[in-house]
Amino acid sequence: MNQLGFPVLSLMLAVPFAAAIACLFSSAQTARWLALAATLVDLLLGILLWINYDLAGPQWQFTEHVDLFGRFAWALGIDGIALMLIMLSVFLMPICIAASWEAIQKRVPEYMAAFLLMETLMIGVFTAQDLFLFYIMFEAGLIPMYLIIGIWGGARRIYASYKFFLYTLLGSVLMLVAMLWMVREAGTTDIPTLMNYDFPVHAQTWLFLAFFASFAVKMPMWPVHTWLPDAHVEAPTAGSVILAGVLLKMGGYGFIRFSLPMFPEASAQLMWLVFGLSMVAVVYTSLVALVQEDMKKLIAYSSVAHMAFVTIGLFAFNRQGIEGGLMVMLGHGLVSGALFLCVGVIYDRLHTREIARYGGLSNNMPKYALFFLLFTMASVGLPGTSNFVGEFLSLVGAYHASSWVAFVATTGVILGAAYMLYLYRRVAYGEAPNAEVASLPDLSARELAIMVPLALSVLWMGVYPESFLAPMRRDVGSLLARIERANPGGDAKIAFGHRPAPAAHEGAH
Amino acid sequence: MNSLSFMMTLPEVILALGALALLMVSAYAGDRAASFVIGATVALFVAAAVSLIGPAGSGGVAFGGLYRADGFAAFAKLLIYIASAISVIAAHGYFSRLGTLRCEYPILILLSATGMGMMVSAADLLTLYVGLELQSLAAYVLASFLRRDTRAAEAGLKYFVLGALASGILLYGISLLYGFTGTTSFEGIAHALAVPPASTGIATARLFGLVFVFVGLAFKISAVPFHMWTPDVYEGAPTPVTAFFASAPKVAAMGLLVRVAVSALGTETHAWQQIVIFSALASTILGGVAAIGQSNIKRLLAYSSINNVGFALIGLAAGTADGVAAVMTYMTVYVAMTLGSFLCVLQMRDAAGNPVETIASLSGLSRTRPGLAAALAIFMFSLAGIPPLFGFWPKFLVFDAAVGAHLTWLAAVGIATSVIGAFYYLKIVKTMYFDEPAPAYAPSQSAVEGGLIALTALFVSPLGYFAIPALGAASLAAAKALF
Repeated sequence: MNQLGFPVLSLMLAVPFAAAIACLFSSAQTARWLALAATLVDLLLGILLWINYDLAGPQWQFTEHVDLFGRFAWALGIDGIALMLIMLSVFLMPICIAASWEAIQKRVPEYMAAFLLMETLMIGVFTAQDLFLFYIMFEAGLIPMYLIIGIWGGARRIYASYKFFLYTLLGSVLMLVAMLWMVREAGTTDIPTLMNYDFPVHAQTWLFLAFFASFAVKMPMWPVHTWLPDAHVEAPTAGSVILAGVLLKMGGYGFIRFSLPMFPEASAQLMWLVFGLSMVAVVYTSLVALVQEDMKKLIAYSSVAHMAFVTIGLFAFNRQGIEGGLMVMLGHGLVSGALFLCVGVIYDRLHTREIARYGGLSNNMPKYALFFLLFTMASVGLPGTSNFVGEFLSLVGAYHASSWVAFVATTGVILGAAYMLYLYRRVAYGEAPNAEVASLPDLSARELAIMVPLALSVLWMGVYPESFLAPMRRDVGSLLARIERANPGGDAKIAFGHRPAPAAHEGAH
Repeated sequence: MNSLSFMMTLPEVILALGALALLMVSAYAGDRAASFVIGATVALFVAAAVSLIGPAGSGGVAFGGLYRADGFAAFAKLLIYIASAISVIAAHGYFSRLGTLRCEYPILILLSATGMGMMVSAADLLTLYVGLELQSLAAYVLASFLRRDTRAAEAGLKYFVLGALASGILLYGISLLYGFTGTTSFEGIAHALAVPPASTGIATARLFGLVFVFVGLAFKISAVPFHMWTPDVYEGAPTPVTAFFASAPKVAAMGLLVRVAVSALGTETHAWQQIVIFSALASTILGGVAAIGQSNIKRLLAYSSINNVGFALIGLAAGTADGVAAVMTYMTVYVAMTLGSFLCVLQMRDAAGNPVETIASLSGLSRTRPGLAAALAIFMFSLAGIPPLFGFWPKFLVFDAAVGAHLTWLAAVGIATSVIGAFYYLKIVKTMYFDEPAPAYAPSQSAVEGGLIALTALFVSPLGYFAIPALGAASLAAAKALF
């Protein structure tokens, strides 16, 4: 079966699912503990998975295959990329549960059940090895998220939940038609096989666009990003963490799992489209973030800008770019989640997200200010933090592909520093606007327990990214081998080792 | 030969004789026997379903080519009997609460189901018409079953007038087809149509016949643009009757349409394909858009049924065995979702026990009746075709069939229109889960109704996926019987 001797991936899906059902029938406090226990068990299983992942083994590990459904199969398996994204999901989930411990007081059993269901579906997306199983998991995630935003969200939650649901649904239904066509053409629903199937070039463009419609909305890319700020602002804190931390990564995962390997020629042809939208996103959404009055909205727009680094990196057609894109996905998953938690901490105290209502928090909340500063710096991409690695690599990759793209994208780093530091200055420094803000209590033990693991992971990823890059390296390599034939090459022809022309050298004397 | 013919029509024989016998019982025992008659009716449906195992399920042609007992008919009949039986069971509580529990209701459903059996087994235009009229006449009476209720009387009248018009159109189409092919048997028509027409005039006249037949049948499945009666009739008819209208007769009419399109007019696919495509897309779009503004749950479900019929027609538009199998699977899941939704609507009663039909009264149902809200939410997400609920699967199949028939554009447009529909299904979920609670409904009194809701909800839940291999094999076998 696999190196562990039991179907570990199915178990990882079953644990939160079973707990979700049990939660529905238990009291609020039991549901909290049940959810925490289930997510921690999944975290342990995830660690087990990482430890046992064989770097030199086959590309797809821990595979399971049962022909349950006639037309498609219960086929699971992971490569290094999926492994890392699963780790991100199972790491963030217990944090989300802990963050909702006191903030959610209404309909707790249903809330915990929705989150656990969400976890099942997220892991399902990253482990599915069957095209239709993937689609089902991918789409099904809409239901719990719709309920999370709609039931436990803020004032405009209903508008936000509709927008989230319908936007993402419209994006993904076209992908389904493309999948149906692909399966008829290739005669299999097996994703690893399809990744090596050469679709006719003329069809690839259509297929690519259909998948693009889905992943671009999910990612989200400009101009179909407008659902994200609404959803983020209205969702409860933990909902925002999951949305920014994991759900957005499904778009990037889709690009790397489907768009690039299955349609390499179309990816190369439409590279300009992706780059163009990403460049606009980096500059435009950064500028929009600069003028936001609402903290969550600001971070939401910064997410759009950061996700543009992912798309730029992934479509650079070289190792640095793709690895950089993946590292931004992981780093942003941690950092944006952490930033939403930071907002949640003060929102729980003052019940407003308006930046102007805060000030001088570093005086009365020093521990909070420290963590907030760390995550702010990580979001800016300070060396030593997780985002630096990813952003640097993807910019290097982008430079190889197109120096103009790299030029425009780099301004995003500067703008990112501007809006994040501006946010931090207004919230943490200066004078408190009133006595209420000046007397806000510092982090509680529970909140510290949430922040510390995130902070350590951010530093770990920044200082020693090799732990995260190692499992993905070979998979990126096989992706590169697959798409190399379509590589359009770049305008920056870097050549090493050429000395300056001797004539010029002599002329200087 | 005749005894074999009778064996093949055994389900109809059982239902017809049973209905007559029960009519006698009710004539002598009066409405006191209503509960017994309901029980006996369900037993008759079970017996009819069991009889499908014999020659009635696979016997072939009976009565000199008038009637066909094949896998397709058996599949549709099984579905019809299950749906009819559930409508009968669901009605018991509803009518007894209103004090109008009468023996005629189950008997009319029996007669209607007999007609439906004839429809899906029709191999000749005459059987088709007789079956259709038997089904419709019983249905007209059912619509106005609460005769003191003006809404029900209006619904019955509307249904009758428009139904008669549709029958007339259908009959005109039949006469044209007969006139230009010289036969009423499906097989004969198919042979005659395979011969190229002698002149363009004849070709046009044949086309006219075909169009009229399709119009008549489109009325029966309430496909746009012949859907106008549906919301009014669904709203006015008593809820158990609406549940019945939305399920069994839809299956029968769809089965009939498929059989006529494939067996009799299979050589003219290019001619009817565009009609079906237009009707399919118009139904999915109009069914979606018009439902948005509804405030009555029964009207909303009426538009939902129009919407769903549109998706099923996409499978027929493919014109392949895959497509027909997809249509049959669609109808199977559709029946479960629709009956489940209407069973939930039956639970909507105010504190005094009077039926409530406004969507607004569902507000905050998730807090007053969590189980009912969860079931209705499952049906709504399922009708919207959101995976992992089972309502996704039939949509998947019809779009797959369309892609397989090189109608990828149709699949793409059709699936995009499904997003419109998702909006109003979400509205119900929003009302139940996001809004503040309205006054609670009266508690459920019947364990049977609760059990049926749970059963249908389980079928459309992700557990339904385990039925895919069996359902796929059965529907494909049914479809193969036509090709």
